[in-house]
Amino acid sequence: MTETTIAAPERSRRANLLRTQEGVLFVVLVAIIIGLSLLSDRFLTVNNLLNQTRLFTETALLALPMTLIIISGGIDLSVGSMLAWSAVMLGFSWQLVGLPLPLAVLICLLTGLLGGVINGLLIAYVRVPPLIATLATLAIYRGFSFGISQARSARGFPEEFAFWGQGQVGPFPTQFVILVVLIVIAHLVLSRTGFGRWVYAIGNNEVAARYSGIPVERVKFTLYAASGLMAGLAAFIFTSRVTTTRADAATGLELDVIAAVVLGGTSIFGGSGSIIGTVLGLLIITLLRNGLLLTGVKGDATFMVIGLVLILAVLINNLVRRR
Amino acid sequence: MATQAGRLTQAHRQRGLFAQQEAVIAAAILVMTFVVSLANPDFFSATNLLDIAVNTAYIAVAAAGMTMVIVSGNIDISVGSMLGVCATIAGELARNGTPIPIAFLAAVAAGGLIGAINGALVAYARIPAIVVTLGMLSILRGGLILVTQGRWIESLPEEFFFSQRSTLGVPNPIWVMIAVTILVGLFMKYHRFGRAIYAVGGNAEAARLAGIDPRRVYMFVFVMNGLLVGLAAVLYASRFTAIQSNAGQGFELAVISGAVVGGVSILGGTGTVIGALLGSLLISLIGTASIFLKVSPFWLQAVQGGLILLTVLVDVVRRRRRA
Repeated sequence: MTETTIAAPERSRRANLLRTQEGVLFVVLVAIIIGLSLLSDRFLTVNNLLNQTRLFTETALLALPMTLIIISGGIDLSVGSMLAWSAVMLGFSWQLVGLPLPLAVLICLLTGLLGGVINGLLIAYVRVPPLIATLATLAIYRGFSFGISQARSARGFPEEFAFWGQGQVGPFPTQFVILVVLIVIAHLVLSRTGFGRWVYAIGNNEVAARYSGIPVERVKFTLYAASGLMAGLAAFIFTSRVTTTRADAATGLELDVIAAVVLGGTSIFGGSGSIIGTVLGLLIITLLRNGLLLTGVKGDATFMVIGLVLILAVLINNLVRRR
Repeated sequence: MATQAGRLTQAHRQRGLFAQQEAVIAAAILVMTFVVSLANPDFFSATNLLDIAVNTAYIAVAAAGMTMVIVSGNIDISVGSMLGVCATIAGELARNGTPIPIAFLAAVAAGGLIGAINGALVAYARIPAIVVTLGMLSILRGGLILVTQGRWIESLPEEFFFSQRSTLGVPNPIWVMIAVTILVGLFMKYHRFGRAIYAVGGNAEAARLAGIDPRRVYMFVFVMNGLLVGLAAVLYASRFTAIQSNAGQGFELAVISGAVVGGVSILGGTGTVIGALLGSLLISLIGTASIFLKVSPFWLQAVQGGLILLTVLVDVVRRRRRA
């Protein structure tokens, strides 16, 4: 009883803040959808929107653990490289070593996990600052991708392999279904479990968290390992979607992922944020990019708008909170 | 300032193997040059060694600016896009008949302007540097492609190629690199404002109480960084016959790695320009050495990433022993 009475005002205050942040994002999202559907009649169609989910699933998968990592006060810059390394291992073990495809997929997932475990060990136990640890492993894992594949791509995957990245479950793209399940799990873990509260506590004040008995090292290690595993899963879906594994896959993807998380209202200093915010951030970025492409803006130029939206979102958020 | 002095005396007291990161890196450079030259005598030729230095120059010039930014407790990941924009400005102006010195100055000024925007957003709008520069990275990269439409800049006038010429037998980029390192190094070590960068990076609140305005320091380091990236862009643009529209992609990693390998702590408060120069040099040296040792170029990035990790681990161990 005492615990709830103490926690309640704190929680409701935080919930209010989050509600406004997410409310603002939701309004922005609706405005973008209305604006873009006026600009292009190809935008607001079920087909186009479902197709978009195929393109953003990999980014979204990585954004889920990234949200928790950033809330805990860390960052993982190596996700794009982990994805490439895992994808290369998939292609390599299937095409060059000749392993059966399911085994190759397992190796792909384990490669991602290994990458994440190494990050986790460095950050949680050796206590290398996350930014610098994952900057180093960004280069190392990317180097592994090029070294192992010798920059050759693997292709010619069997028809049934395409199910995961190009197939459908009912009316929905396969990966969209996987993504929705994982979003729900991530949301529940973060908002409804003790582990989720530990993540917030560590991000708010790591020393205090340690003194209150939270296994800080274990939580951090788990987060980075999960990020690696998710990169392995994203690599699998990515390979199935584009039907080839290349060492330069997902270069710079970490920036998209972090932009989505920050746009979703997660503080880069840690301590606050939510999965719902991240999902809204992802939707805004994806729809904006797609809508601009449909209205004739050239591919890479859409990055400009996304950068502007990112800075403006944080700027407005800062101004609102200061008041 | 007190902690700074404390750290210095402790560093002096401990004259062990790893007492000074700069000394370690310098030793590594010498040992590596020696070993590689034994394996392949062609490595130890004036042409090759000068070539390595020229390859390093534009990275080291930007790394001097990055040192100031990181020492102040910030980071700038937009330098790659900035380099691309500044190089394109210099090239476009020169091709349209602008006098070359003015084209070069415009590139440097553009860098300063972008740096000022970054600085203002960090210092006065209080947006974390990583978010600001992540957004700026996207804005500049997108804007550049929007303007150039992906075309390369070619057929530049002969006088444009500043970096291909030599003065007193030494290639121009090397002179610029040396001058920048000395000037910024002296400034940071002896000038009142240079010391303020360390103070703010060590403990912003303490520095503020001691009468230093952290906001002015942040503004200053970002503007200086922008100017130096503009200068680096001039060195870069005037080296090869064409300027690509994706110039500078991944440059931020090279610059940050150079600084970090050279002992600039990502946590702020410690590091020197000479260290950043040596770090950049070591990374370039490894690149060239691996060609001479006939290491597959595809493994290069893994080796360089491993080096970053190694130096960071040494730094972590050293801190722990001191603590």
